[in-house]
Amino acid sequence: MRTDRSPQAKLASMAVTTVVVLGSVLMLAPFYWLIVASTHRSRDIFSNPPNLQPGDQLWANLGKLFGEAGFGHAVLNSTLVALLYALFGGIVCTAAGYAFAKFRFAGQGVLFGMVLVILALPSQVTLVPLFQIMVQLNWLNTYQALILPNLALPFGIFLMRQTMLSVPDELIQAARVDGAGEFRIFFQIVLPTMRPALAALGIFLFLAQWNDFVYPLIVLRTSDAYTVPVALASLQGLSDTDYGQLLAGTLVSVLPVLGLFLFLQRHFVAGILAGAVKQ
Amino acid sequence: MTAPNTQPAVRRRWRGSAPRATPYLFLLPVIVLFLAFKVYPYVYAAWLSLTKIQKGKQVFVGLGNYGRLLTDPIFYKALSNTLLILVIQVPLMLGLALLLAVAFNSALLKWRAIWRTAYFVPIVMGLVAYGILFSTLLNNHYGVINFALESIGLPRVPWLGDPFWAKISIIIALTWHYTGNSAVIYLAQLQSVPGELYEAAEIDGASAFQRFWHITLPGLRPAITLTVVLSTIGTLQLFDEPYVLTNGGPNNATLTIGMYLYQNGFKYFDFGYASAIGYVLTGIIGILALIQFRLLREKRA
Repeated sequence: MRTDRSPQAKLASMAVTTVVVLGSVLMLAPFYWLIVASTHRSRDIFSNPPNLQPGDQLWANLGKLFGEAGFGHAVLNSTLVALLYALFGGIVCTAAGYAFAKFRFAGQGVLFGMVLVILALPSQVTLVPLFQIMVQLNWLNTYQALILPNLALPFGIFLMRQTMLSVPDELIQAARVDGAGEFRIFFQIVLPTMRPALAALGIFLFLAQWNDFVYPLIVLRTSDAYTVPVALASLQGLSDTDYGQLLAGTLVSVLPVLGLFLFLQRHFVAGILAGAVKQ
Repeated sequence: MTAPNTQPAVRRRWRGSAPRATPYLFLLPVIVLFLAFKVYPYVYAAWLSLTKIQKGKQVFVGLGNYGRLLTDPIFYKALSNTLLILVIQVPLMLGLALLLAVAFNSALLKWRAIWRTAYFVPIVMGLVAYGILFSTLLNNHYGVINFALESIGLPRVPWLGDPFWAKISIIIALTWHYTGNSAVIYLAQLQSVPGELYEAAEIDGASAFQRFWHITLPGLRPAITLTVVLSTIGTLQLFDEPYVLTNGGPNNATLTIGMYLYQNGFKYFDFGYASAIGYVLTGIIGILALIQFRLLREKRA
């Protein structure tokens, strides 16, 4: 930190702060508009000049959304699927990351290479085959169809391997000499040291599943199986879209993850960085 | 790690080493899931890309689908749209992210944590949600953005209805969504650049720009390489934004390779052709990622 507060430094500080603040207003403006728009009737959202003050139709919009449009199903589906995905995906990726970071075994290079190749391949290639697999298994409109295909997430495995590398070998070795079983070592010694990384991975997985769109769009064919994004897109696709209802639904889809983000921002950022910087 | 076993006849394991099977047990779920939902689908898609549906049956047609791609004007349209969005959006976004990271790292900025959150928070919004939101903001007649333009004396812009502006709209939406994410990655790397370097340069009389050019940029090289490659891969797979904002229109102006794949697979049920598009996309991603890694690595030497 510099301590000189020359007039020039003050001026530069003001200029930088002003630009950054104006930019952050632009970043946050869509959130403000989302809140305002979800409190108006459809016709009042599209008016000239636009309504920039909150209205009083939020409850009416939510009522229609959860009543006629059956959005409650979608929220329930999304919540359950995202929680199950975060839980099981977290376990699967962490176990794999542990194996890659703390063991030497035949085939290790090939298997880790496979993780990296799958990480880089465009997942769109698998859309058609996955659809056909789900048809064959009779899994269309099911939770397992949403959860299983991406449970072993290459990014998650990579992230956990990187983090596991920093767990001291001596800790694991000492437990082995004391006669602890391999699964006990994993659950009682390794996992507790990994709490921040686990939180980061869990949030990442939850968010990825909560917001996923293309793949659920393909395997969910009936409206009672829809997740939140698919339900929103179907509301938008209607010929006489009720935008008040649609934006209230959008608000409902954003609030949980926004809350999660604001409370756990530290872990969130840590997750992104662990995957990004420690190559 | 474990010492080589000098007595192969003795089966009892040395106390303090794990059984051979342990890592495989930890990896078992991943191996099973990969084989079922990754390896099999990729291999199956490769086969599909060599077939065509004739009289309700999937018939082998060799490279027919790939040949068709070479002469398909809509595919070239989708390819050029995708590449155009790529070459404009990625440098724009990463440039902005770089400036932001430098500002966040600078003592000149006050209350840094608040602004950092503001720039980062769009990343939590799902693609469908922000597609819907932007489609109302960018509405030609009643959108807030056109109202704002008009009130400062500028003409209205047909954001989503004009081939040129529809691409701009997608670029704006993408930049809003992802800039903070890249900025956070840069910021973390910047914080690992030793402060003494800057102090020494300042004593030697280096200008602010020289310090940025000779210290900040080289220090950020790994993060820049990573974000360039990841953003390129992400943009080449672009699907959700055009699907929700413009549905590929007007007149295919925002049709991307990802959307064209989806249309062929799930609107026309031409699985063979859709798979061929997927493999061409894979090839393009592979080539571009390799080139970028090479270029950005070489500069380091």
